[in-house]
Amino acid sequence: MQRKQRLSRNTAYFVPYVLWIALFVIAPVILLIYQSFFNIDGQFTLANYQTYFSSNTYLMMTLNSVWYAFLITLATLLISYPTAYLLNATKHPQLWLLLIIMPTWINLLLKAYAFIGIFSQAGIANQFLSFIGIGPQQLLFTKFSFIFVAAYIQIPFMVLPIYNSISELNASYVNASRDLGATNWQTFSRVIFPLTLPGVKAGVQAVFIPSLSLFMLTRLIGGNKVITLGTAIEEHFLTTMNWGMGSTIGVVLIIAMVIIMWLTGGRKRRSGKGLTK
Amino acid sequence: MAVNPQPIIRLTNVCKSYGDHQILKDINLELEAGKFYTLLGPSGCGKTTILRTIAGFTDVTAGQVYFDGQVINGLPANQRQVNTVFQDYALFPHMTVAENVAFGLKLHKVPKDEIESRVQSALALVQLPDFGDREISEISGGQQQRVAIARALVMRPKVLLLDEPLSALDAKLRKDMQYELRELQQQLGITFLFVTHDQEEALAMSDEIFVMKAGEILQGGSPVDIYDEPINHFVANFIGESNIIPGKMIQDYEVEFVGKRFECADGGMHPNEAVEVVLRPEDLDIVKADQGKLVVTVDSQLFRGNYFEIVAYDNDHNEWLVHSTNPADEGEPIGLTFDPQDIHVMRLNESEAAFDARLEQYDDEDAD
Repeated sequence: MQRKQRLSRNTAYFVPYVLWIALFVIAPVILLIYQSFFNIDGQFTLANYQTYFSSNTYLMMTLNSVWYAFLITLATLLISYPTAYLLNATKHPQLWLLLIIMPTWINLLLKAYAFIGIFSQAGIANQFLSFIGIGPQQLLFTKFSFIFVAAYIQIPFMVLPIYNSISELNASYVNASRDLGATNWQTFSRVIFPLTLPGVKAGVQAVFIPSLSLFMLTRLIGGNKVITLGTAIEEHFLTTMNWGMGSTIGVVLIIAMVIIMWLTGGRKRRSGKGLTK
Repeated sequence: MAVNPQPIIRLTNVCKSYGDHQILKDINLELEAGKFYTLLGPSGCGKTTILRTIAGFTDVTAGQVYFDGQVINGLPANQRQVNTVFQDYALFPHMTVAENVAFGLKLHKVPKDEIESRVQSALALVQLPDFGDREISEISGGQQQRVAIARALVMRPKVLLLDEPLSALDAKLRKDMQYELRELQQQLGITFLFVTHDQEEALAMSDEIFVMKAGEILQGGSPVDIYDEPINHFVANFIGESNIIPGKMIQDYEVEFVGKRFECADGGMHPNEAVEVVLRPEDLDIVKADQGKLVVTVDSQLFRGNYFEIVAYDNDHNEWLVHSTNPADEGEPIGLTFDPQDIHVMRLNESEAAFDARLEQYDDEDAD
């Protein structure tokens, strides 16, 4: 009797979580899939998918999204890995980490507007470029500024998992590698980097997937020079009111995300790659 | 004492401190090629730090580290001809057993088929010939230990440094590995420098032991020398079990303790100097109370399998530990006898140099 009561009390703790997931994750996904099978007049159809996969515009947009998400992720990774590495060597890593995380507390929109100011013709970036004699330049509404700001926003999400995996790395692996004759670079490329790869994968997931569907920055910073799937979804839902098509793109994005998670997920490394072959 | 022409490793006046904290205080030691050495001491005594200075993981604050006659103070770890077996093994988890063992050889650009044959023979040497394709996570702690040894030995180092490599193994496996390590060392003729806090391990394996405490080497010597003639209270207590009793050196070869005078084998001290007397529990024989050199009362005893461990007290309330193959009666008085050479007399605060000089001096007198 008592045990049963305790059991039911324990299940009670799960209710908010299950409810949340059901209402805000599962239900929207089902709705999205459901809607993607209806055209703008409310008739059941597969035409949305047909349009998507036969239209050059959508396929280019998909490629564009993937390409920019890749560039953003690469830029973020190239900045974040050395940052996380150096962070780990500092005396007060938690403090520096806090400073890196702090910008995430500020609303995305505010940060975007701040960059509009910085990158504008009279902004501080152009003032500096003028000062060194190569400005002013058109900075805002370029592909470069889009990638720059997107990377800036994503960096904390990349630094955090990489920092964790580096700080968990046993120092004796590094000593063992040096002991066996490895230079600093060899130690990094053969021991440290492979062993911190889980952190890199987690960071890539955390950055690449949201980058696929960025839409506000494409307009505010990219000046619509970059059209991604995110922009297309926004257009369909808010401007053309073709919810069916918007949902279809959403479903495609979800499938892309699942594939990426599967690719970067914790699959076991293939074994038997021994020397004996 | 004959000085070896070229020690493989020599530390002269090596000091190491972190801020105000002194880890090593003026360490001097020499390792001859082809011998098994042990650094023995409680945790935090600096023994691992000595290993790290030789491996190149730590800089010394002062002093010189020599390898084969060359100062190697500034030489980075990857250019030193020593290899280390780490306490936690530090096997790379993203590589197979064979890839781990081959790691150093690949870095040294050894030809592929030579790598293969050397990896095979190294794994055979540690009795894991068919384990090359296993993942590190798939093998047991004892097997990981062997792989770590193979990974270091495959590099053919002149000196192998072992940092408490057996401490994570269970008692049975540890004993087996002691034999194997000793055999490996003798078979390969490589100098081993082994770090441990386990005195039994040190006594069983070493040609020579350095006993350390708080950043200093208190005594160096063969296991038998250190066991039989510990330099001070700490060493006597740390190595084996001892009865350490305060006493007075009446004259050469005569010492007084527990109110009685006994013949002994030590000398070279001042008359009536306060000393400490060491008697090992296994050197004490139990006889009838009226026949003993000492009379003690049995307090308690434990059966240890191959002997009884008896705790007894004399009239001065000194505790006496006796190892005996026969049980005693608790609460009853017993007599203890011992030979003059079983008594070892220690001066208070004597340095190792003074101790050695004194030993030589009265050994010479004996020879006359």
